[in-house]
Amino acid sequence: MEAREAALFELALRMGDTALILGQRVSEWCGHAPALEEDIALANTALDLLGQTQMWLELAGEVEGKGRSADDLAFLRDAWDFRNLVLAEQPNTDFGHTIMRQYLIDAWNRLMLDELQNSADARIASIAGKAARETAYHLERSRDLVIRLGDGSEESHARMQAALNTLWPFTDEFFEADDGDALLAAEGIGPDTAALAPQWQREVQASLAAATLDIPEGRTNPSRSRSGRHTEHLGHLLATMQWLQRAYPGARW
Amino acid sequence: MVEASARPGIEEVWAWLDGVPDPEIPVISIVDLGIIRDVAWEGERLVVTVTPTYSGCPATAVINMEIAACLAAHGLADAEIRTRLAPPWTTDWLSEKGRARLAEYGIAPPQPAGGPAACPRCGGTELERVSQFGATPCKAQWRCKSCLEPFEYFKCI
Repeated sequence: MEAREAALFELALRMGDTALILGQRVSEWCGHAPALEEDIALANTALDLLGQTQMWLELAGEVEGKGRSADDLAFLRDAWDFRNLVLAEQPNTDFGHTIMRQYLIDAWNRLMLDELQNSADARIASIAGKAARETAYHLERSRDLVIRLGDGSEESHARMQAALNTLWPFTDEFFEADDGDALLAAEGIGPDTAALAPQWQREVQASLAAATLDIPEGRTNPSRSRSGRHTEHLGHLLATMQWLQRAYPGARW
Repeated sequence: MVEASARPGIEEVWAWLDGVPDPEIPVISIVDLGIIRDVAWEGERLVVTVTPTYSGCPATAVINMEIAACLAAHGLADAEIRTRLAPPWTTDWLSEKGRARLAEYGIAPPQPAGGPAACPRCGGTELERVSQFGATPCKAQWRCKSCLEPFEYFKCI
């Protein structure tokens, strides 16, 4: 692939894999949420994310030009080829962790999609335009819950603070950029990620302050999705998600 | 192949499609839902352009099958169904007829203000949101404080 196509492939994978892995994680709640309304909300959020996955991975396959479908990319790659934000693969743990993870990624996704709606590549712009509306709706809910639970009871506050302490280090990589990103930004195809970082910081700091939660300092995480350096959790998730296609290659409904 | 003389008019095709119910909310048609963006002849082939509602909505595939079945029943077995993502679907595209049918059916139609205007059962305006999501991707759950009944609201996007 030319450098430009390779960068485009990576961008489509970053968006699609993040939606896929987060969607898979959130769908694990189906039938287990603390209240029926939350069960339905989580399942609907997962459904939107899987719909977005379909569009992004289809584009990735088209850009790559090797005839791989969205399903091929989802079910027949191994962990090191996934480009999802490492935060997306972190386990559900409890409702607090699930909602905190959702909020931090929703805020990232919203900013990315807002920029990508204006992409010089019409395919990216149309996918982002569709996904942006759904994601704005997700963000409204996850932000509201982070604030209500953080500024809630002693128990809910403690759980949200514990979730933030565990998950915050994984946001280190959110706005990193490489040569490919610079190339896409220069052509107006992808966002200038460095410029998005302060916007994300403002959004997140304001909500976490309203939630009476403290952002942990001095914690970092060495995982980096750009080079396929994931946490151990992704392999376990894929083993569940990909099992059927691995055991019965080509199985269809 | 359809003889040019035997070709149905575009308006006629729209009327057929208006007879195809939404699979999850059958009181409104897929035309009421606003997802049929274009009907046109391209040479010998009829092309129906569809914009999906929610990107993960499982009804999308069923809707495409029902459009194909409807057209085939009218002798257009080789019609093409084309998906168009942009501009993205919005609840602004719901028809007036569709909005009225939703309300009669007990689903509050979407409002620009973001919440339902009135309880579809008793008309009460003291309302509270129960959940931002509902039984299908396009709906949320609300409750009327006057009659105390829960009801569904068609989400505004």
